[in-house]
Amino acid sequence: MPFESLSLVTLAHIYIGLMALAVLLYAVLDGYDLGVGVLIPPRNEAFRDDMIASIGPYWDANETWLVLAVGLLLFAFPHAHSQILQTLYVPATLMLLGLILRGVSFDFRAKVAQSKKRKWDLSFKYGSLITTLAQGYMLGIWVTGLRTDWMAQGFALLAALGVTAAYAFIGSCWLILKTEGELQQKAVYWAKRGLFILGGGIAVVSILNLTLHESVRALWLSAPWGYFLMAIPVTCFALLCLCAVVLKRSPTAKGHAEWLPFVIALLIFGLCFAAFAISYYPYVVPGELTIIEAVADASSLRFLLVGASIVVPCILAYTFMVYRIFSGKAEKLSYY
Amino acid sequence: MDALILSRLQFALNISFHILFPTITIALGWFLFYFKVRSDISGHPVWMRIYRFWVRVFALTFALGVVSGVTMSFQFGTNWPGFMEKAGNIAGPLLGYEVLTAFFLEATFLGVMLFGIRRVPGWLHTLSTLVVAIGTTVSAFWIISLNSWMHTPQGHEMVDGVLYAKDWSAIIFNPSFPYRLTHMLLASGLTASFLIAGLSAYRIFKGDDKIAPKIALKTATYTAAVLIPLQIFAGDLHGLNTLEHQPQKIAAMEGVWETDTQVPLVLFAVPDEDNRTNHFEVSIPRLASLILTHSPDGEIKGLNEFKGEHPPVKPVFFAFRVMVGMGMLMLFCAWAGSFFLYRRNQLPGWLTRIFIAMSFSGWIATLAGWYVTEVGRQPYLIYGVMKTAQAVTALPAGNVWFSFLMYAGVYSILLVAYMSTLTLMCRRSIEIEEISSEEREKARAARVSPTGA
Repeated sequence: MPFESLSLVTLAHIYIGLMALAVLLYAVLDGYDLGVGVLIPPRNEAFRDDMIASIGPYWDANETWLVLAVGLLLFAFPHAHSQILQTLYVPATLMLLGLILRGVSFDFRAKVAQSKKRKWDLSFKYGSLITTLAQGYMLGIWVTGLRTDWMAQGFALLAALGVTAAYAFIGSCWLILKTEGELQQKAVYWAKRGLFILGGGIAVVSILNLTLHESVRALWLSAPWGYFLMAIPVTCFALLCLCAVVLKRSPTAKGHAEWLPFVIALLIFGLCFAAFAISYYPYVVPGELTIIEAVADASSLRFLLVGASIVVPCILAYTFMVYRIFSGKAEKLSYY
Repeated sequence: MDALILSRLQFALNISFHILFPTITIALGWFLFYFKVRSDISGHPVWMRIYRFWVRVFALTFALGVVSGVTMSFQFGTNWPGFMEKAGNIAGPLLGYEVLTAFFLEATFLGVMLFGIRRVPGWLHTLSTLVVAIGTTVSAFWIISLNSWMHTPQGHEMVDGVLYAKDWSAIIFNPSFPYRLTHMLLASGLTASFLIAGLSAYRIFKGDDKIAPKIALKTATYTAAVLIPLQIFAGDLHGLNTLEHQPQKIAAMEGVWETDTQVPLVLFAVPDEDNRTNHFEVSIPRLASLILTHSPDGEIKGLNEFKGEHPPVKPVFFAFRVMVGMGMLMLFCAWAGSFFLYRRNQLPGWLTRIFIAMSFSGWIATLAGWYVTEVGRQPYLIYGVMKTAQAVTALPAGNVWFSFLMYAGVYSILLVAYMSTLTLMCRRSIEIEEISSEEREKARAARVSPTGA
C-alpha cells in the first residue's frame, strides 16, 4: 500500500491537520450561512428572500465539511469521538435539530403556500440560532477538557454567545459582499454591532482560556514563545479596528472594498482558530487525550489517505469553481 | 426501557427516515439527466418544463436526505460506540470515502444544477446534472458496501477484540455486495418511477391537460415496466446469495422451522416463536425448495437449527411478504399502465387512481426490504462477528429518550410536510402556463414534435 513509510505519529499529524482544515473550512463556510440565518429579520420578507438567495447555491456543500470533520474524528480518533460526543450528547442533538430545521426550511419556504412561508423562514432563523448556540456551547465544553461543573458551563455559555456573534459577523460581511441597496446598508449596521460583540467576546474568551489549563498559561505567558504568540491577539485586534474603520465608510456609492470586511472576517476566524490550535496541540481533548493516544490503526489510515490525497484537492478545486460561477451580487431567488 | 432498546429504536427511526430520500434521489438524478439531455437534443421547451418541475422535487428530497444523513453521521459514534471501537478500522474508511467521493460532489454541483442555469453554459449545466446523478450513485456504492460487509464480513482479522483490515478489495467487494447494490439501485429506480408516474397521474387527474405530465407519466411507467422484472430477478439472486451466507434469515423469511427437503412455500401464516410453529398456514407444496435450491427436493435449513442465534421471526416474515406483495402490485401496475399508454395514449380512470395511490409505494417496498435484511441479521450487528448488544452506548437512558422523542416528533412533521408539499406543487403546476410565448416561437422554429418519439 502507498504511504507505507509514514509512521503512526506522522499519520496522526496528517489526520489532525486534515481535520483542522475541515473544521476551519466548516466554521468559515457554514459560519457565514448560519450567520445569515441568525440575522433573518422576521418582519421584512424582501430582505429574507434576498438573504436566502445569497447563500442558496452554497449551503449544502458548506454543511458537508461538518460531516467530513465528524467523520474524520470518528474514524481517525475513535476514542476522542466517543468521549466528546457522549459527553456532549444533548447539545449535539440540539445542534442536529437546528441543522435539520434550517436545512429543510430552506427548501420548503420556496414551495409551500404563501401563508406558510413565514413559518418556515422563522424555523430557518431559529434553527440557525440553535445550531450556532449549540456549537459554541460544545466548543466551550471541549476547551475545558469536557468538564461539566458550573464554571465550565458558564464558560461554555459565554462561548455559545461568542460563536453566535462570530457567525453573525461573518454572515453580515457576506451580505455586504453579495447584496446591494437597502439590505447592504442593513448588513453594514449588523456587521458594526457584530464586530463590537465579537471583539468583547474574543477578549473575554482569550483571558478565561488562560485560566483553564496550566499548560496553556505557561505557553502564552512565558518568554520567548509568549512574545511571538502575542502577535496573534495583536493582529486580531488590529484587524478588528481596521474593519471598524472600513465599516464606518461603507457602503460606498461605487461599491469599493465591499469584499474587505469579509476578507477581514476570514482572517479573524483563521487567527482565532490558530490560537486554539496552538493552545491545545497535541491534545484532541484538551488536557485529557492526546492525538497519539486517540489515533486509530495505521493501515486503515493509509488506505483512506490514498483517496483523501487525490480527492481533497479536487473538492477544493471544484468548490473554488462554484464560487467563481456565482461570484458577484446574488441573483433574485428562483429555482431551476 | 434501557439504552439498548432506545438506541435501537432511535437508530431504526433515523435510518428508516433517512433512506426514504436517497431512495428517491439516486434514481431521480438519472431521470433529471435524461430530461436534460432530451431537452438539449430536441430543443423543445417541454423537456425543460419537466426538468424544472422535477428538479425542485429533487432539491427538496435531497435537503431532507442531507439533514437526516448528517444526523446519522453523529449517531454511529454516540449510540453505537462499541461498533466503532471494534469495526472502526473497516467502517471508518468506507464512510470516509463516501463523504470524500460522493457527498461533496453531490452537494457542490447541486448548487450549479439548481441555481446556475443562467450563469453557466448549457453543457456545463447538463454536466452538473450528470455529476449529481453520479454522486448519488457513488454514495450508494460505499454505504451499501459497508452494509453488505456487515452481512457477509470478509477480508479482516481480529486482534485483541479489534478488527483490522487485511484485504480492502475483499472487504469492499464482499459476497453479498453486488446483489445488494443491484437490488437497491433497482429499488431506487422503481421508487422514483412510481413517484414520477403517481404525481404526474395526479396532475392529469386534477385536470392538467398539458403535455409535460403526460410525457413524464409515460417515461416513468415504461421505465418501471422494464425495471420491475429485472428487480424480481435480482431479488431472487439476492435471496440465493443470502441462503448461502445467512441461512437463518431465509428460514425466518420463509417461516421454515424444521430442516427439510420438499419445503412448501408459505404464502401466509402467523409464525409463533414460543411454540416454534406457524398458525393459519397457507402454502404451496415444494415451491420453496424449488425457488431456493432450483430443485423440488432441495433441502432448506429450518430455524430450529439456529436456536438462540436466529432473528425474531415475525418482523422478518411479514416484512418479506409486504415487500413481495408490493413488488407484485408494481408489476401489475407498470405493465397494465404501459399497455394502456402504448395502445390508447392514456390511462383509464381506475388505473389513474391506482397510480396516484401508488406514488409512494416504492417507500413501502424499500423499507420492508431493509427490515427483512437488517432485522434478519439479528442478533448480530456484524454477522458472526459482533452482536448488537455489544455495541450499545453507555449513555444514560434519559438522554436517549430525549433525543428519540425529539427525532420522532420532528420527523413526523417533516414527513407530512414533505408529502403535502409535493401534492401542493402538483396542484400549483396545473395553473402555470405550459410554454411561454417566446418558447413557443422557438419550438415552432425548431419544428420538433414535443414527445420527440
